[in-house]
Amino acid sequence: MIVAGAFLWLIGDVVLRGVGGVDWSFVVDAPRNAGRAGGIAPIIVSTFLVILVCVVVAVPLSLFAALFLAEFSRASVPVSRVVRLSLNCLAAVPSIVFGIFGNALFCVALGMGYSILSGGLTLACMVLPILIRTMENAIRAVPEDYRLGAAALGLSKPQIIIRVILPLSVPGLLVGLLLGVGRALAETAALVFTSGYVDRMPTSLLDSGRTLSIHILDLSMNVAGGDKNAYASVLVLGLLILVINSGIAGLLFYSKRRSGLIA
Amino acid sequence: MAPLDMVPDPMFWRVNDLTVSYGKALALSSVSIDIRKTGVTAIIGPSGCGKSSFLCCLNRLSEMIPGCCVSGRIEIQSENILATRFDSTSLRRRVGLIFQKPNPFPMSIRRNLELPLREHGMRDSREVDSTITRCLTEVGLWSEVRDRLDAPALSLSGGQQQRLCIARALVLRPDALLMDEPCSALDPVSTAVVESLIQSLSENYTIVMVTHNLRQARRLGSDVAFFWMRDGAGMLIESGSSDQIFNSPKHELTQRYVHGQVA
Repeated sequence: MIVAGAFLWLIGDVVLRGVGGVDWSFVVDAPRNAGRAGGIAPIIVSTFLVILVCVVVAVPLSLFAALFLAEFSRASVPVSRVVRLSLNCLAAVPSIVFGIFGNALFCVALGMGYSILSGGLTLACMVLPILIRTMENAIRAVPEDYRLGAAALGLSKPQIIIRVILPLSVPGLLVGLLLGVGRALAETAALVFTSGYVDRMPTSLLDSGRTLSIHILDLSMNVAGGDKNAYASVLVLGLLILVINSGIAGLLFYSKRRSGLIA
Repeated sequence: MAPLDMVPDPMFWRVNDLTVSYGKALALSSVSIDIRKTGVTAIIGPSGCGKSSFLCCLNRLSEMIPGCCVSGRIEIQSENILATRFDSTSLRRRVGLIFQKPNPFPMSIRRNLELPLREHGMRDSREVDSTITRCLTEVGLWSEVRDRLDAPALSLSGGQQQRLCIARALVLRPDALLMDEPCSALDPVSTAVVESLIQSLSENYTIVMVTHNLRQARRLGSDVAFFWMRDGAGMLIESGSSDQIFNSPKHELTQRYVHGQVA
């Protein structure tokens, strides 16, 4: 009851205060007067680009790592124990540390500066543990019956993985993706130091770009009189998360339906 | 004068001194048996006597089981299939395996049959379709599923699923089929259907079947091998024609087992 109440209060507060500020021009206009007026179009674009970089880099990497852990190494092998331990440590690192690390590595050492690329790569490092974990579990959850059944048909190990195990673990992989994207969307601290504050429309991945969460932080903490648009931005971020979640949930439903796991 | 090796070997497998262990536990000790090309060889014996372990060695699926260690010789056409250089995937193409619990992949009926064909290099769609039709007809499933080939395989009944699994093994045109208690998860009606299917398949394929059901062994088996467990390890007590094992067994233990007198 208390949890539900707190949740409803939070949502209600955001919706009531934000809904007045959100209209079509808010979504398609550039911010003016440090965000007090105008819209958030460049910010939405930057957010998408950062997430895109993060997903494009993190998903293949996590998939291979998860396959290695689940299919090619036994739990007791030293390599996989080291990998697992490192993942646990990474998962526990506060995001601000990732931000400083990303700043040192991507912005400075690799010369990418404050950019969408740096921010996306930093986020990719940050969501790796959660992605690898959930993907490994998804792959392990494919029943042994199917592995043996495929092997009994004379399929080689790569064939079994590509044709049977990966297709069957798609629902679990999607859940992992959902958790990863959710975490990346909500991230602020790691991006302050890497993708920066610039609220112009980005023209390349090497431009600095301000994501929604940073925009909200900036409006509410640094810009006097920015509260109205901060609320509106929170509402947009919330809607965005809702859209992404239901999109992935739809895919999940579709893939389960197709495999006959649900009628 | 025709050389001796022109006479076709009446045996499919020649098993010599086969020993299987899981870690330190001995599962099967020193089994030697020849399995004829024609007819159904039924393997009977109590639970835990290594029947399934024996079956898994015949197509080397044993190597998929962690910790499973196999020694001895199993020859097909004078070639030792246990040798590491022997290609186990091509062996499994020639020797299909039907599991105790039907394990069609959670995909469409068509995809279940198409998958092994495509993975073994059949590209021509018409050839794939005609093979699917032929094998579904062979297992008596064609008339039942011809209108819903794209329905999920998991929407079929247990008996239909098991016949689909048999069809899936048949699409690869194997020489032999191994069956691990193929009817034990089925209701009596489906069992009767699958039994008559096994009977008709035995005209074209070498069949080795593990069964707990003595009457089934008597009905279907042309040869019978009786396994027993001593000191925790399985062993072969005796093998011979069905008639000999059931009516005039050499071994007292066999006599008692086939008459249900073993406590």
